[in-house]
Amino acid sequence: MSEFLAMGGHGSYVWTAYGITLAILLWNLWSAGAMLRRNLRRAARETAADEPARRPKVSQLEGE
Amino acid sequence: MKLPVWFHRFGSPPWVYGFAGACVPWLLICGVLAIAIGAYWGLAIAPTDAVQGEVYRIIYIHPQTAYIGMMAYTLMGIAAGIGFIWRIKLAHAVAVGAAPIGATFTFGALITGAIWGRPTWGTYWEWGDPRIMFELLLLFLFLGYLALRAAFDDRDKADRVSAILAVVGVVNVPIIHFSVDWWNSLHQTATVMQLDDPAMDPEMLVPFLIMVGGFTLLFYGLLFRRLQAGIVERESGARWLRELVEGAAS
Repeated sequence: MSEFLAMGGHGSYVWTAYGITLAILLWNLWSAGAMLRRNLRRAARETAADEPARRPKVSQLEGE
Repeated sequence: MKLPVWFHRFGSPPWVYGFAGACVPWLLICGVLAIAIGAYWGLAIAPTDAVQGEVYRIIYIHPQTAYIGMMAYTLMGIAAGIGFIWRIKLAHAVAVGAAPIGATFTFGALITGAIWGRPTWGTYWEWGDPRIMFELLLLFLFLGYLALRAAFDDRDKADRVSAILAVVGVVNVPIIHFSVDWWNSLHQTATVMQLDDPAMDPEMLVPFLIMVGGFTLLFYGLLFRRLQAGIVERESGARWLRELVEGAAS
């Protein structure tokens, strides 16, 4: 196992390169999902904020 | 010419949102699995390189990150061009989605290349190496595209102006690919992309290609997720989106 980690004396190079690549993959996985969730929350807030303003219009139409 | 119905769906934001959302989990799961298998294979099973020793194992991540960056830019340029010419918002959303993914992978290619260069070439960085320089330019093109967009408050204007930069920059992608043939470079010439006779042992080529496939699947999963986010942003106030979030919020 320690031989595997040592990578023939180049362990620090190999594992740093793999570690940075893994960090980039994880950031991408996290940020893409976080962005969608954030935008959906904003859309939900905007929809909720619009609702009271819209309701009277609908009831007016129904009353006509 | 009459276009088939399925083609028109690609212009419909709710259909594209649903289609992308259905694809994302499969793309991400298969991509992560392939990368896990490829990394284990490349690190633990593939034989040691006769010339470079163990440090060669960076070959299972460095060319892949570089290729994703180049593919992301090509896709970004084509999508931005389509959006510019035919004024298609969805195409601009694809371009915007590809930019941060491409930028981070290009950054990763530069870093993993520098780490690989130290023990094999004796240097982390070589200003005179054409491929390193054009790869650095690729990173600046991604960052420039994002910075240019951020400079405009009006999204339509940001789409149109940034699209010009995206399209012009596409010329850099073939330059990166052929730079090793056109100029003297520390980089080796094409190893895998000479399909008649790849200069790589099958025991190394298989995990190499598994990693290429895994990175590609992951890229499209990430791109589709970002495209969904872009559609939600651009479709603010649309009836289908209101119905979608009303169900989720209550």
